[in-house]
Amino acid sequence: MNPMNYIYLSCILFSLGAAGVLLRRNAIVVFMCIELMLNAANLAFVTFSRMNGTLDGQIVAFFTMVVAACEVVVGLAIIVTIYRSRRSASVDDARLLRL
Amino acid sequence: MNAPNIEYGILGPILIVLAAALIGVLIEAFVSRRYRYILQTGTAFAAVALAFLQLVLIRQTSSKAAVSSMSIDGVTIVLQGSVLIFGFLGLLLIAERGFQSFTAQAAAIPGSNEEQKALVSGLQQTEVFPLTLFAISGAMLFPAANDLLTLFVSLEVLSLPLYLMAGLSQRRRLLSQEAALKYFLLGAFSSAFFLFGSAFIYGQAGSTTFDGIRKSIVESGGSDQFLLVGLALLTVGLLFKVSAAPFHAWTPDVYQGSPTPVTAFMAAVTKVAAFGAAIRIYYFAVGGLVWSWRPILIAISIVTMAIGTVIAIAQKDIKRVLAYSAIAHSGFLLTGIIALSKDGLNATLIYLFTYGFTTIGTFAIVTLVRDSGGEVSDLNRWAGLGKRSPLVAGTFTLFLLGLAGIPLTSGFVGKFAIFTAAYKSGNISVVVAGVLASAIAAFFYIRIIVMMYFSDPVEDGTSVVIPSAMTVATIAICAVATLVMGIYPQPVISAINSLAFFAG
Repeated sequence: MNPMNYIYLSCILFSLGAAGVLLRRNAIVVFMCIELMLNAANLAFVTFSRMNGTLDGQIVAFFTMVVAACEVVVGLAIIVTIYRSRRSASVDDARLLRL
Repeated sequence: MNAPNIEYGILGPILIVLAAALIGVLIEAFVSRRYRYILQTGTAFAAVALAFLQLVLIRQTSSKAAVSSMSIDGVTIVLQGSVLIFGFLGLLLIAERGFQSFTAQAAAIPGSNEEQKALVSGLQQTEVFPLTLFAISGAMLFPAANDLLTLFVSLEVLSLPLYLMAGLSQRRRLLSQEAALKYFLLGAFSSAFFLFGSAFIYGQAGSTTFDGIRKSIVESGGSDQFLLVGLALLTVGLLFKVSAAPFHAWTPDVYQGSPTPVTAFMAAVTKVAAFGAAIRIYYFAVGGLVWSWRPILIAISIVTMAIGTVIAIAQKDIKRVLAYSAIAHSGFLLTGIIALSKDGLNATLIYLFTYGFTTIGTFAIVTLVRDSGGEVSDLNRWAGLGKRSPLVAGTFTLFLLGLAGIPLTSGFVGKFAIFTAAYKSGNISVVVAGVLASAIAAFFYIRIIVMMYFSDPVEDGTSVVIPSAMTVATIAICAVATLVMGIYPQPVISAINSLAFFAG
């Protein structure tokens, strides 16, 4: 199978993630969409690794998973704190900081 | 098969700071509360000082390290030195007596009994010190990174602690938490772009190292679509970190909501780190694609300067004014990258070095003006400060003139160097825009000065607190640096000129 198809798939996943970040209102869902974007990048890395015949891309994919896990820790900590103080995780409610 | 060789000596400065950060985590977990503050501050200051000492010892190094995933050369040394100095000054502000800027327990709900109890009984958590050290080590790695993977990991090591630190404010905690949420979501969003861009660059170049990318551009003649798409996405991620328009929207909110010492730290340190990484990418890795990226960066630079200066005029909050001023400075700094010459490289490093002192000093003064409810950041209430506290107002005036780039302050030296470099490289449009933007910017800096000296003081409980030795030291060092580098800049300029070379 033509490996380019996986690149197309990763572009679609990345765009879906980006659209989700811009359109969804719940901070957790926004965050999940960002994870989708990171995984799209992973798929692209692994596919390019196959196309180039070097292993660098696969190693990057492992590191991305670790970094994504760290981001989950920090991100959920922030989102849970803000939910506990406002009883809402909507990004539209977070609008105290204005001109 | 040979085991890879790790050059502990030249990686020493980064490793010392990282080790101290880990020790800080252990202190937070195991040491009794009474001794934590003293141990944490001791570890943090000692680590940064030791790392700086080690950096001075290795200052002549120019080589690749850790299987060529890092490049420890003159440019890295200058940038790491700047990060350590600004990190030290930031730590001094963070450690300020009584810990007035930081919440006792970040996990407690704002206004709850738990929070009150923690505050009254002094159950202060000190996790901000290890977080700061992690951020400093990330900021030291970021400009040293010599492949896309190290670049991505160090970007996250720099950013993740900052997201948390933005939410630690003691007063106005809802604002602070909101700043943390915005910073985190937008930061993670931009780092996804950064990573996706890296994937495409790797796809074309067949290697993640900057040397490999540079070689593949020379061989392919820089005509490949993947490389251009990848570079565009990578640029989005980087420009977000340096808060260039149109990726600047987080800056005012995060600067305003974060505890002011954290704002001071992040304004200086992330700017140095992110521009350091940008220099290595645009000068070294993709220098061969200059005809593709230069027009885009010129447009972004002009838009950034315009947005930063024009919107700053309408702001009523001192921290937001300074945030928009930071955006405008990003625009000025981009002209140094656009120049793509040895002059441009020197000028960018000089600008970053001088800018860091001035901006930390400015935010240090903001921490001093308070009323019973905490810091006063409403500009109108700063009116008449010059009559009540001439010394504080005078120092603040010096910093504002430095930010505006008035001669005899360090800001002028940086601006002059960077605009000269851009002019010599033939990019006249960006120089004209830069000079115009500086003129508009001078207007709102001087408006604040006029307000402090020529309006009557408002009697609403706003006063200048007497700071402890730490804040005094920070302000004094920043003021002296701003003044001395403005009057007698030659030693710094020639030191940076002689150091700033890339390892081939």
